[in-house]
Amino acid sequence: MTLLNIENLTVSFPQHDGVVQAVRGVSLRVSPGESIGIVGESGSGKSVTCMAALRLLREPPSRIVADRLELGGVDMLRAGRTQLAAVRGRIAAMVFQDPMTAFDPVFTIGHQIVETIRAHRDLSKSAATTEAAALLARVEIKTPDAILNSYPHQLSGGMLQRAMIAMALSCRPQILFADEPTTALDVTIQAQILHLIKQLQAELGMALIMVTHDLGVVAETVDRVVVMYGGRVMETAPVQDIFDAPLHPYTQALMASMPGRTPGKQRLIEIAGASPNPANPPTGCPFHPRCAVADAQCAAEAPAFRALSESRAAACWRLA
Amino acid sequence: MTPALELKNVSKTYQLRQSGGFFARTTDHLAVNNVSLTLPRNQILGLVGESGSGKTTTGMMAMRLVEPSAGQILVDGTDITALGHAALKPFRRKMQVVFQDSYSALDPMMTLAQIVAEPLHIHGLGTASEQTEQALEMLVKTGLDRSYGNRYPHELSGGQRQRVAIARALILRPQVLVADEPTSALDVSVKAQIINLLLDLQAEMGLSILFISHDLSVVRSLTDKVAVMFQGRIVEEAPTETIFTDARHPYTRSLLDAIPVLNPRERRARTFLSRVQIEAATPRLSGQDGTPELHDIAPGHRLEAIR
Repeated sequence: MTLLNIENLTVSFPQHDGVVQAVRGVSLRVSPGESIGIVGESGSGKSVTCMAALRLLREPPSRIVADRLELGGVDMLRAGRTQLAAVRGRIAAMVFQDPMTAFDPVFTIGHQIVETIRAHRDLSKSAATTEAAALLARVEIKTPDAILNSYPHQLSGGMLQRAMIAMALSCRPQILFADEPTTALDVTIQAQILHLIKQLQAELGMALIMVTHDLGVVAETVDRVVVMYGGRVMETAPVQDIFDAPLHPYTQALMASMPGRTPGKQRLIEIAGASPNPANPPTGCPFHPRCAVADAQCAAEAPAFRALSESRAAACWRLA
Repeated sequence: MTPALELKNVSKTYQLRQSGGFFARTTDHLAVNNVSLTLPRNQILGLVGESGSGKTTTGMMAMRLVEPSAGQILVDGTDITALGHAALKPFRRKMQVVFQDSYSALDPMMTLAQIVAEPLHIHGLGTASEQTEQALEMLVKTGLDRSYGNRYPHELSGGQRQRVAIARALILRPQVLVADEPTSALDVSVKAQIINLLLDLQAEMGLSILFISHDLSVVRSLTDKVAVMFQGRIVEEAPTETIFTDARHPYTRSLLDAIPVLNPRERRARTFLSRVQIEAATPRLSGQDGTPELHDIAPGHRLEAIR
């Protein structure tokens, strides 16, 4: 069974001077309990892919086209408002980068979690409050009752992120989308939150989609990696393979440019140039202007995403 | 040789208003507590710690952008702590700063040539055409070609904007550059470019850099020496590789332990220490009780410990 099934997804945003194609033909399958990391830089389309999967983008202006977009067996392209509301929370939940803006500043944490629980489940207010406190305890908050009565501004970033994870788990989703959940946090708090997400995922048997630009986060948390660039999937492989033997030139360059790999003050291996402008992407393979092994074919035509082995696939003419 | 920059027992106290309206009392918050740092010439000193540890305040005090509550700041051996606006100006030329968010650091109404030439204009160096020419040369030096001079900040990517901020900071040929998280907002593939640029310019121009960061991987590739801040204090300072291989303070160790692994094979369970546990685990150099202080435990290695 496939929990999330995306085939040939395209997301575009019309602008006054053209169309921004944020996602250009992405396919992705996630099975129950699986943990996937979507790695990419800003503008690679990784967040937009997740937002589109949950139909969280406002349409219009955005335009979502796909051959298939199914989440928990629901056809997300045809689902109406009530059906979408049933999917969000119960089947899939999302944790965002900035917990400060994800919570409403004028209501207490408790109010917001209770509201979420009661929107999806038929519980009395007091039962929902008890449930909310249990959820906060679950995310290792030591004083759940005090936090329930706190306003967002009274909590630290790490504490807020825990509360947001608790809220995301309140309807026992089958899949959790975590969009850069630790990017705004200190390194010690990041380690704690990643540990918590992994632990909850294992205990609850949830699938996880970890969206991040940080290869370290991927190395810590997921089983399979999807590398995105310029709105396309460049490579997908089991996490250990991505780190031991990256195949796509972009993945290889990304790995090589990671700081701190070898001891000592030193110049790093850099990728020349900048990420493509989504309003005016290069022709052919989006990475070809920065690629060391690109040739005329790469500039002319985008390579198809094809399987290289049972568990690996990539989009590169050089790997054909 | 005189160090490029020296902080001697610098502290910063902020007054926090307690709730209670008009008659509210204020309490003192010690953001930076008795910090001493030496930035030798032609070196890069990393200042690391979590948010709220006081590392940015320390950097801003070094530039006299925040006034210290106590202590001394020496640039090139001269005490600049008490200098007034006019007397400080010549020293401002010697120290420049690059911030994390290059978008808000650049005036959107000015061209890149104007932005980079502005420090020359402020200090009255050269004619307008000489200033523009120097600015264009500086842009080239930071990896942007001369045609960028007529562009505006919004036309640039994050990495390019950070290059402009660096060009502006270096056009006065300063001795000291304070770089406050200059790579934190950048994409992975661009981060390496900016680190390399800083390394190249440092070697070429004989710069001394105070590099403030929470990213220990970047610090390892870029710095000669690292000072670790915790709760406003420096708790450990050592040559960079010593910090990474032989850290002694529990806070330094917990920071290092928290760095994400570089390979999934190295995944491991971690123990997380609270602040109280870290304070309680302050190293003891002998069996006695006392107040923790910084001690030299090896050449160039300072550790906050109880003697």
